[in-house]
Amino acid sequence: MIGLFEIFITAFIVQNIVLAGFLGICPIIGVSKKQSSALGMGLAVMFVMMMASIITYFVYHGILDTFDLRFMRTVVFILITASLVQFVEIIVKKFFPPLYKSLGLFLPLIATNCAILGAILLNVDRSLSFVEAMVNSFGISAGFLLVIFIFSTLRERLDMSPHTPKGFKGVPIALIVSGIMAIAFMGFAGMGS
Amino acid sequence: MDNHKQPNVNLKEVFFVNIIRENPVFVMLLSLCPILGVSSNFVNAISIGAMTGLVILLTNIVVSLLSRIIPNEVRIPVLITIIATSVTLMEMLVHAYIPAMHFALGIFLPLIVVNCVVFGRAEAFAIRNKLIPSIVDALGVSAGILLALGLMGFIRELLGTGAIDLFGLYFRLFPEHFAIPLFIMPAGAFIVLGMIIGIIFSVKMMKQEKQDGLLKNKSVTKA
Repeated sequence: MIGLFEIFITAFIVQNIVLAGFLGICPIIGVSKKQSSALGMGLAVMFVMMMASIITYFVYHGILDTFDLRFMRTVVFILITASLVQFVEIIVKKFFPPLYKSLGLFLPLIATNCAILGAILLNVDRSLSFVEAMVNSFGISAGFLLVIFIFSTLRERLDMSPHTPKGFKGVPIALIVSGIMAIAFMGFAGMGS
Repeated sequence: MDNHKQPNVNLKEVFFVNIIRENPVFVMLLSLCPILGVSSNFVNAISIGAMTGLVILLTNIVVSLLSRIIPNEVRIPVLITIIATSVTLMEMLVHAYIPAMHFALGIFLPLIVVNCVVFGRAEAFAIRNKLIPSIVDALGVSAGILLALGLMGFIRELLGTGAIDLFGLYFRLFPEHFAIPLFIMPAGAFIVLGMIIGIIFSVKMMKQEKQDGLLKNKSVTKA
């Protein structure tokens, strides 16, 4: 139990996928202009990541490992993620049209979100058990949600700020702010495993 | 098929536009993850840049050769499969011949698959152009990425450790106790990249304003 909690905290805060692992930066920069779409994006990533981890766990250990096809993992994983995203896109488009509108272009882009492929590959590389892998994926996606939400609230204020130099408005100042956030998250180093 | 007759594609421009004016990283803001993740030292940054470049070259060649066969409706899965295959190929080669680099780059090597630049070039250029322009385009984009990664790695390693370690050759600029370790940590990556992009945007804006000013002056003197 303690082991699982350690995995969760490590994935959630200490080794945060965005601020310490540098994965999934594109949506953080691109979709974080409004709180509501940031929340939607975070939840969508969470759902796709959990689904993808479950499926890839069984595909990897059931098929690729048994038939000694481990070198195929990158190809197989990216195709699984891409088709899952297509599936989520259809569901969101059908049942939550406003969310679909605000997520716009970034929903299909989850397919090429490196956070998801990164999480799946990390699960496999560390040879975690099924429960551990689930907890790890949940922690990673929760960390992503946390950062994208905090970031969107910061950016709403940044856009109002009159003190930003002209050339630094938008992406550059967002990157520098995320650097400062990463310094804050460095304070957690040493916790967990 | 004659690849040399390309009246509407200027090869020189295709090559150079990707390096500075449409630099994939600093101007188009693509492929930010590896730029931030693997740029804590110069050699690693250059090697991931070279790997990405090779993958772009390989996919551009395959895609431009197959562009007539690939049906338009399913081109995205086909492109993804081609990219994933070339990345797997690269990964296996590196694992076999340069294991130290495989260890240093870690997860960022398979993650070249989801690098938007690779997909972007295949989708926006290679599928619509013939072999030779596609190769030139791949080389230009690779040079742009290599430039960006090299610059990031250089600044971060220099400020973070006070020296550049170039395959065992050691160039020290200032003593180690003056170094700012923040720059080789994750936070430093964000700040350095933000600064570089901000400076580029500012310079662009100044140029634009100058041009606008000249135009205004001209119209005033004419009036």
